[in-house]
Amino acid sequence: MADFDPRTDYPIGTRRPDLVRTPGGMALTDLTLEQLRRGAIPDDEFRTTPETLRMQAEVARTARRDQLADNLDRAAELAKVPNPVILEIYTALRPGRSSLEDLEQWARRLETDYDAPAIAGLVREAAAAYAARGLLA
Amino acid sequence: MTDSARARARLNRNLSLETIIEPQPDLGLVTMNGPNDPEPGLTIVDGTITAMDGKTADEFDLIDRFVSLRGIDLEVANEVMHLSDDEIALRLVDVSASRDELVRLSGGLTPAKLARVVGRLDPVEMMFALKKLRARRRPANQAHVTNRKESPALLAADAAEAAARGFAEIETTVGVARYAPFNAIALLVGSQVGRPGVLTQCAVEEKRNLELGMQGLTTYSETLSVYGTDAAMVDGDDTPWSKAFLASAYASRGIKVRFTSGSGSEALMGHAEGCSMLYLEARCLALIRATGSQGVQNGGISTVALPLSLPGGTKAILAENLVAAWLGLEVASGNDAIASHSPIRRTAKLMGQFLPGTDFVTSGYSAVPKYDNMFGGGNYDADDLDEWTTIQRDWQVDAGIEPLDEAQALAVRKQAAGAVQAVFRHLSFPEITDEEVAAAVVGYDSRDVPDRDRAADVDAADLVFAEELTGVDVARALDIAGYTAVAEAVLGMQRLRVSADYLQTSAIVGDDWRVESAVNDPNEYTGPGTGYRLEGERWEKLQSLPHRLDPGTLAPAATNQTAPITVLGDAGQGAGRDEVVIGVGPAFLGTLRATINGLEHEAVIGALVDGVRTAGGRPRLVRVRRTSDVAFIAHDAARLSGSGIGVGVQSKGTAVIHRADLEPLDNLELFSMAPVLTLDSYRAIGGNAAAYALGLRTSPVPAELDNYARVKHIVQTALLHARETADVEENAAPIEFTLR
Repeated sequence: MADFDPRTDYPIGTRRPDLVRTPGGMALTDLTLEQLRRGAIPDDEFRTTPETLRMQAEVARTARRDQLADNLDRAAELAKVPNPVILEIYTALRPGRSSLEDLEQWARRLETDYDAPAIAGLVREAAAAYAARGLLA
Repeated sequence: MTDSARARARLNRNLSLETIIEPQPDLGLVTMNGPNDPEPGLTIVDGTITAMDGKTADEFDLIDRFVSLRGIDLEVANEVMHLSDDEIALRLVDVSASRDELVRLSGGLTPAKLARVVGRLDPVEMMFALKKLRARRRPANQAHVTNRKESPALLAADAAEAAARGFAEIETTVGVARYAPFNAIALLVGSQVGRPGVLTQCAVEEKRNLELGMQGLTTYSETLSVYGTDAAMVDGDDTPWSKAFLASAYASRGIKVRFTSGSGSEALMGHAEGCSMLYLEARCLALIRATGSQGVQNGGISTVALPLSLPGGTKAILAENLVAAWLGLEVASGNDAIASHSPIRRTAKLMGQFLPGTDFVTSGYSAVPKYDNMFGGGNYDADDLDEWTTIQRDWQVDAGIEPLDEAQALAVRKQAAGAVQAVFRHLSFPEITDEEVAAAVVGYDSRDVPDRDRAADVDAADLVFAEELTGVDVARALDIAGYTAVAEAVLGMQRLRVSADYLQTSAIVGDDWRVESAVNDPNEYTGPGTGYRLEGERWEKLQSLPHRLDPGTLAPAATNQTAPITVLGDAGQGAGRDEVVIGVGPAFLGTLRATINGLEHEAVIGALVDGVRTAGGRPRLVRVRRTSDVAFIAHDAARLSGSGIGVGVQSKGTAVIHRADLEPLDNLELFSMAPVLTLDSYRAIGGNAAAYALGLRTSPVPAELDNYARVKHIVQTALLHARETADVEENAAPIEFTLR
């Protein structure tokens, strides 16, 4: 996003709607009631995308909110992960639900299937912490 | 039981229902600066934290570990951890230390240090620091909308009214878990009728909660609770990592997230590990920031009554709001669950957040009556709305609730209940009857709304999940039913999730879908005249209470009817030991014709004259024109009187019995409570004046006392007195008159 300036382009939806797309590539300005009536908006288009979340992460980082920016970067990785998988990973991360191997498997799957290295890192970090505190299954 | 009637009266107050205890630090029953709180400290070796707040890395629990890995800015830590508590505390209240700089410094402080520094401030210093550190420029407020019957029509009507009253976010929850999708839909539809752009959530079990958001039926969530000890955290079936993951998951669906924490939760769960509430809360907040949450709701929340049982409870809660703001987080600052039985204590506590202003002054103002509140009762509720807006007006402070005319309230309630009825019909949910709609518009609480078939409701609600019904489906249903504007707004809420602008810190959606957050609308307070000030149009709006009156309508208009009196000319010096001169004010039986409690002036004069005569005196009537002050009117009358006794009476009814040889501001008897005087009172005043004239012993006229009369009538008093004073003619001699 060469011409995106996180200092001046926020709110992106108002200042730079041209940069925002739905997962299916529709423009923000196409998401109208008129288009909905015509059946021109496929189901599930009212979702954000990794690209938009990366821009929001940049906005947060520019505003010196590093942790929020990291969270939005992780969100960008999760944007394309299906709902049921998200819920599965969440359950796996709850206390006493997973073995060290289970969590390592999730980490690898996140890296290979979903290109989600930051989330994988979070899962591995959790695995080490759970091992140290006796929270593994 | 005590012998003292006064002690018994105090025991009858609501306060006596509360349990006020001494601290017991080993159980975590201590608010701040606990004896077992660790000494702040931080050791960094080769860019890694090896010890923090009294523990080495191998002793770290989950929270220490997460915070040390993600929550501390090591460079800043080197800069600030060695500073004394007071040095840092001073910067919090130094108006020239900017918010940005303070937030930057907070990133280098450990939880123990954060708690210690804030603990150095007194309450007013904390309020000032909080005002400075609030993330968003403009304070806002969040509403709670629930009802015991889970009536969708009532939920929608209440959400609409809350939105129209200016709440930026509205939260609901469920009595029966399976109702969640219905309640979420009712809230979504209702809120968008009240004001497009209001964010909504439905607080339910975490997984369900996430699903509602994914389906576009809610736009934010604050169910992510964290606790300050591992044991409490694990009892909550989560870890810092599972919560951090969840935060990213919500964000990935374009759903705003705020965490929840608050003093007292660890002690209540039996897992305080002997630490103070504020220290444990500082751990929660450092953790929340480390997860990357944009904000938090804290300030006791559902456990607020526990810190309030201890010394410094109110202060500690303010302190935890302050730590959250200092860490750069959006703060929804409690004041939601009932904090105390005592309204005085509740409001004393509220001022800590109300006056400085927070991102959300309450984490849930009960927009419904307490009976229907499913979030711990509501510290303030629908019955208190006019008080809240009046207190905003008193302080010239914006605490996020706007006055609303009754007609507007009814209009949005009606439209919202109708809209959700249409959505239910279109989506083939169990019918919402016209009777339900009508009751939801004007009823007081859910007892006024017809019962629904709850078995049918929950079965249908299950389908919302099973068939993955979305916010777009709701918009479509509204559109087909002819609710085009509401459909547009519900669709607008779906669009918000696409651009995801409201994931930034402290975001709310203002007019015309403008996202206002700490990024584009930051709090830049740097002293008087800067930052958010309640002025201009917004101040006009907040002071325009529906129950305000035009003072011009309170005092009767000046009459130009001919007075029923005959003027006899300038009043001369009287003779005769039995004479009582009754002096009236300049407007009496002139431009004014009745007293403040509506007694006709003619009747008042009649009663006074009758009283004087019955007691054997001889009345003479004069109008004093040079003054409107009752003491001088009475004194002038007394000096004209042959007996030296006079009665002064103002147009509003205030009366004095005077004697010529007394100082003007002295008197024999004063009847300052005009609103409680009756014609019998004036008759008795006349009688006593005659008795004084005749040198008889007499008891003072018993004066009625109503200590609220002044409060109730003070405006009318001022207006009537202004009228009387306007009729004063400087240096004009008194004139004598008779009634026609």
